[in-house]
Amino acid sequence: MANEGMVRRVEIDHNRFRQIVRGRIKKDLHRFITQGEFLTRKGRDVVSVPLPQIRLPQFRFGRSESGVGMGEGDPGTPLEGDAGSSGGGPGGDQAGEHVLEVEVSLDDLAKILGEELELPRIEPRGTRRFSAVRDRYTGLRRAGPESLRHFKRTFKESLKRQMIQGTYDPAQPRIMPIRDDRRYRSWNMRLNPESNAVIIYMMDVSGSMGSEQKEIVRIEAFWIDTWLRSQYRNLEVRYIVHDAVAKEVDQHTFYHLRESGGTKISSAYELCTKVIEERYPPSEWNIYPFHFSDGDNWSGKDTEKCVRLLEAELLPRVNMFGYGQVKSAYGTGQFKGDLDEHFKADERLVTSDIQSRESILDSIREFLGKGR
Amino acid sequence: MNLTSDLVALKERLEEIARGYGLDFFETFFELVDYDEMNEIASYGGFPTRYPHWRFGMHYEELDKGYSYGLQKIYELVINNDPCYAYLMGCNAPVDQKMVIAHVLGHSDFFKNNLWFSKTNRKMVDQMANHGVRIRKHIEKVGLEEVEGFVDVCLSLENLVDAHSPFITRRSPSRTEEEVEDEARRIEVPRIRSKEYMERYINPPEYLEQVKKKLLEEARRRKRTFPENPERDVLQFLLEHAPLEKWERDVLSIVRDEAYYFGPQAMTKIMNEGWATYWHSKILTERCLADTELIDYADHHSATLGTQPGRVNPYKLGVELFRDIEDRWNRGRFGREFDACDDLETRRNWDRQLNQGRAKLFEVRKVMNDLTFLDTFLTEEFCERHKLFVYQWNPRTNRHEIASRDFRQIKEGLLRSLTNLGHPAIAVLDANHKNRGELYLTHSWDGQDLKYDEATETLKNLFRIWQRPVHLETKEEGRGKLISYDGDKIGSQEILPSA
Repeated sequence: MANEGMVRRVEIDHNRFRQIVRGRIKKDLHRFITQGEFLTRKGRDVVSVPLPQIRLPQFRFGRSESGVGMGEGDPGTPLEGDAGSSGGGPGGDQAGEHVLEVEVSLDDLAKILGEELELPRIEPRGTRRFSAVRDRYTGLRRAGPESLRHFKRTFKESLKRQMIQGTYDPAQPRIMPIRDDRRYRSWNMRLNPESNAVIIYMMDVSGSMGSEQKEIVRIEAFWIDTWLRSQYRNLEVRYIVHDAVAKEVDQHTFYHLRESGGTKISSAYELCTKVIEERYPPSEWNIYPFHFSDGDNWSGKDTEKCVRLLEAELLPRVNMFGYGQVKSAYGTGQFKGDLDEHFKADERLVTSDIQSRESILDSIREFLGKGR
Repeated sequence: MNLTSDLVALKERLEEIARGYGLDFFETFFELVDYDEMNEIASYGGFPTRYPHWRFGMHYEELDKGYSYGLQKIYELVINNDPCYAYLMGCNAPVDQKMVIAHVLGHSDFFKNNLWFSKTNRKMVDQMANHGVRIRKHIEKVGLEEVEGFVDVCLSLENLVDAHSPFITRRSPSRTEEEVEDEARRIEVPRIRSKEYMERYINPPEYLEQVKKKLLEEARRRKRTFPENPERDVLQFLLEHAPLEKWERDVLSIVRDEAYYFGPQAMTKIMNEGWATYWHSKILTERCLADTELIDYADHHSATLGTQPGRVNPYKLGVELFRDIEDRWNRGRFGREFDACDDLETRRNWDRQLNQGRAKLFEVRKVMNDLTFLDTFLTEEFCERHKLFVYQWNPRTNRHEIASRDFRQIKEGLLRSLTNLGHPAIAVLDANHKNRGELYLTHSWDGQDLKYDEATETLKNLFRIWQRPVHLETKEEGRGKLISYDGDKIGSQEILPSA
């Protein structure tokens, strides 16, 4: 067997495996979405997904109750590490129960989501923000690392100087560059116009929003994030919580805070408006506010205030405004009805009823299905 | 990549030393690879090529991330083949290369001399390539998804073989498609013995055809069980009696052949690893290690033998057992007299100076497999010395805990996990169940329940091949249970166990 004859087929088989992984995720998207737990972030752009179904089933023993090990310890000492897999027997070949964890990039996830929900690509607007792109080394500057020195130009500069000084002798052409002569390669900055987006999450954290409701919001926010991130190069996210009063918080607080006041939704919409006015001119930004609540507002008057804010301040500035009503034991769910009534025909406002985890997928489709 | 001249010299020197000790191995070729290539090779179990399948891609991904397989698997991948092929990682230091080469030679000797390998195909490298060609041909004709799906089905059933059947009547290990097809058409018909030239007259073909038909009818009429005795080689049974397309039969036979090829390796893992470790340790420490390499060697060697709490490291168990055997046979610590001796002092100082240790080792490596190895040589003293224990799941604390260091329990636990390679013992009991051609399998329950959800999925795969309802009789927590699949839904009912 010649050494060159080593045939490797791993890329083919590996790609086939990735294809199958993708297919499985797509097929089970609903399940993945409703069970928000499993997706652990691994680094910035990659998520780890457990896929037990990829194992080939066989007739095998269930989790073994007992087995044999080697080491110190009295009866009662627990085994270190998870010995919950195949019994410590040394025979046999297959590894135990550990579920296969496959890494998937956020981009891939977004694509799968987009395909499965048939989400249209977003037409962004506003391109004021520029990101600098380093061009090739076609520029020149006077300082830099030696590895970038530009010999010819340095030489030229020295030559020029020496000729002016009169120290140049053509018969004995010796050039002594001084520091000022040195020239170095450098890059030119090319400005690349980019589209950006900002998501402003608002959540009702009054007493009626329990941990299950918050979990639903968290899951939905993750997928909205993932999708929008794949559509925009630059994505910023702001978090606002409110009960009777609104305040801006960080991500962790957003998902864990629990207040117990009454609920004044207008406070959140006001703060949202303020945030937009301060930092996100609509000419340059694609703005996506999402508000989640159980629909129980303080009063009809406050609801009216919200409607006015939406009409006058928010809707004109944003790509779309999403309102997700999570079902809770305490909320009346009045707010959604009110919004729907006022903004029946307005495409910029999208409301969605989220009864339970099962509805998350549909809700996402509702929000993102318009391609705004 | 070819070995450097240094490595070639090293290899030759080690081979000489190894032969000096009495090791007898196939000619061994080493290839120099880098880390990436090693991962690729490991994904394929050490073979340069195999049939295309996504699970090799899955192994590759796991290996690439440094999951599962420990250092051991990567360090040396040796194929049971004549000649033997193995791999060295280019980045390793000379001390590591020595260790790996010596270790590989130990494996090679084991493959060549252990009886359980005597019927394996020593040209498996070529055979694997052949399997790849055949499957690719089917993919071209039938389509990737169909073939892949069917391979998945077969792999799901690949542990339904009889580990001992190679030693009974074994069909030739490498069959062509045609041979497989022919076999399926043959049903054994009793013939009158005759000389070859008389065959046509004593047992004319028409006559045989008639008898065959009659036999089948009779069997059906008398409701004699078919098969007559429970058939452990389920895959063979399916090959012969399931309504398979030609390409399906070929795929199934490929999966079966490979399962049989790898069987002995699974059956002798502890011994094989122990043997190779014993020899790399001996060769290096007695003959081949430079003083400056000692620390590195000790470090890497101990890493291989490290014990993960809660597991038994096959390398460690194997090598310690071999050393124990050598010691005992050197000092005569065996036999009736020794066993009968009760006095601790006498036992401890027992030394008959027989010096039969080395010879005994070679004998053991020839004849035994893990089951007989442990059954014969695991002693109470050994268990104590190496701190073996039995652990149990504690439902109150929700974790596994050390339960006891009782010798009998330890031995029983180990032997049980090795029986049938750790797979449940399943056989075909009746292929004409309810007189409707339904397939009835039985699981010889030994106290361990099957994993239910996987069992139902596997039954579905079985149905895919048998094309009629399939049943599996087993027990759950001591109560008889019958799981069935009729193509539409899974059924499960409590029954009185039939055996």
